[in-house]
Amino acid sequence: MKTDNRVIKVDYLARVEGEGGLHIKLKGDTVTSVQLRIFEPPRFFEAFLRGRDFREVPDITARICGICPIAYQMSSVHALEQACGVQVDGQLRELRRLIYCGEWIESHVLHFAMLHAPDFLGYADAIQMAKDHPAIVQQALTLKKAGNDIVNVVGGREIHPINVRVGGFYKLPTRRELQRRLKDQLEEARQIAVEAVRWTASLPCPDFEQDYEFVALRHPDEYPFNEGRLVSNKGLDLSISEYETYFAEEHLEHSTALHSHTRARGAYLVGPLARYSLNFDRLSPSAQEAALAAGLGNECRNPFKSIVVRAVETLYACDEALRILDSYEQPDPPALPVEPRAGTGYGCSEAPRGILYHRYRIDEQGAVLDARIVPPTSQNQRTIEHDLWQFAERNLQLPDDRLTWQCEQIVRNYDPCISCSTHFLRLSLERE
Amino acid sequence: MASRQKPKLAVWKFASCDGCQMSLLDCEDELLAVADAVEIANFPEASRAVVKGPYDISLVEGSITTSHDAERIHQVRRVSKYLITIGACATSGGIQALRNFSDLKGFVSYVYQSPDFISALQKSTPIADHVFVDFELRGCPINKYQLLELISALLHGRRPAVPSHSVCVECKQRDTICVMVSQGQPCLGPVTHAGCGALCPSYNRACYGCYGPMESPNTASLATQLTQLGYAEPAIVRLFRGINAYAEAFRKTSEAHENGQ
Repeated sequence: MKTDNRVIKVDYLARVEGEGGLHIKLKGDTVTSVQLRIFEPPRFFEAFLRGRDFREVPDITARICGICPIAYQMSSVHALEQACGVQVDGQLRELRRLIYCGEWIESHVLHFAMLHAPDFLGYADAIQMAKDHPAIVQQALTLKKAGNDIVNVVGGREIHPINVRVGGFYKLPTRRELQRRLKDQLEEARQIAVEAVRWTASLPCPDFEQDYEFVALRHPDEYPFNEGRLVSNKGLDLSISEYETYFAEEHLEHSTALHSHTRARGAYLVGPLARYSLNFDRLSPSAQEAALAAGLGNECRNPFKSIVVRAVETLYACDEALRILDSYEQPDPPALPVEPRAGTGYGCSEAPRGILYHRYRIDEQGAVLDARIVPPTSQNQRTIEHDLWQFAERNLQLPDDRLTWQCEQIVRNYDPCISCSTHFLRLSLERE
Repeated sequence: MASRQKPKLAVWKFASCDGCQMSLLDCEDELLAVADAVEIANFPEASRAVVKGPYDISLVEGSITTSHDAERIHQVRRVSKYLITIGACATSGGIQALRNFSDLKGFVSYVYQSPDFISALQKSTPIADHVFVDFELRGCPINKYQLLELISALLHGRRPAVPSHSVCVECKQRDTICVMVSQGQPCLGPVTHAGCGALCPSYNRACYGCYGPMESPNTASLATQLTQLGYAEPAIVRLFRGINAYAEAFRKTSEAHENGQ
């Protein structure tokens, strides 16, 4: 066995959003190569955004991802408003946080319950899991639906919502409408989320602490959605407009997604673990309490435990949505007037999978001259490969089928969204 | 009946955002019932398990943009009894078909540092350009209730109740005041396939055509009307050149106005 050459490979990774594979080569007891292969066909969004009117951008960029369209719309509108010198505040800003809460809930629950949990319990999928754990799956669907309901009520529909625009919204919900259509569901969802934190923390979890550089937004008062400074646990503290000074993308042959790294230190991690570890003090009291009771510290460096962190963030999103619902008063008008001017704007928001950076340069008529989009999964690619390398090397004694499944799980820890990052999973493990 | 095997459902992805197949997982109230009525035999986004074909129903999401995918769709056709395309990408080429109007090389080198690593076809094309399609479900994204209706109709061997009139009709049905007549907004509703329930106009904004052209749309007449409302040619070109830019009726109209006719 020791001298065998092995290949662990998964040609088409399941339970991830988009198309990718994994190829790991092993020689004796060392790993010689790890490649996360992204073969999602490129769609060239940045190229065809050029020449479009700035007002069309949020409807176009939403189409990058059917799971997190709000993230794309939010990073777009914030960047374009900055370019035009407009700041959206007050209740319009609150509604943007509310719709983002909806997306976090919907996306996180899809992942932790339907895509990730089956790995921990040895099921191929959530439908199989539902046969033995019907209540868990049913409750998760109820929780997920509450998230989708928020996006639906504020955005018009769950996928590619139509109500977000540069400057605000097209039409605003009344206070009564929000209360009537969301309040009871969210109260129930909140209870399910508390249970979900407890349940995810009870799942068998490998011991796999890593020394990551976490990167996330940090805001003076809030758990971050749309605003803040970009910070890391290794000393970064910058404004969003400085992103490209500190981070770089690289194009490798095995992937249609660009790999990101910090110019100073290399691989870094974005997403729930990073947000949580850098912003624990900004969580709602009940989310903090549930996290601590579930055995998480105020920092989490085990990527398998991201399943618990997603449940904690789901609870936070329910709390935050309820807070916004209680204080909401319908503003007027639904959007601020935005007049184009020549310039560049930067936007970065916390998509469910981590920071999503947008930069646009527009002319005085509002036509897009230049666009740059860096999705969270492409930022995590290097870190995922690192994790795979470390994990495979420590678990060489496992038979190929077991090692392959666990390597897939490593990738799913990141809830990779490959559709987004192409601008990413098949898994293969090769023993030489 | 009890001993009969359940029909097998497969979901296939080509170039897309995953939103349309996500619509199936967004059927929170119906998902377990669907899983009861059909065997979800091949759905990589939801399951690690793959049951071998042939499949009774194949749902195809996404457009054809690489030579590899142009071959793969034929394999999908061979193992499928009914092949249903879901969404704008599969039905018209999708938003990524905007590249069909430009030089691909320029696009590749704009986004990627090493263009040689990228292999892509010049055009993003709909599934029906490559294989026979049994039914096309429109929308960006599709309407999940229409998807459930379609699956149900296929299981019962009846025609799906999916209306093919325009978004205009849906506006009238819900008593939405016309945003073009009352506010002069550039609305694609008169030429766009129904299915969304006239969502955008009910939010006080013009339809941007995400369900693609209806049957026999009078796009030329709409373009004339837009000109009379004061919209310049580039704005009219951009309007038709959106989510369903490469659908024939929208493509011809945008090309006519690009050339100043």
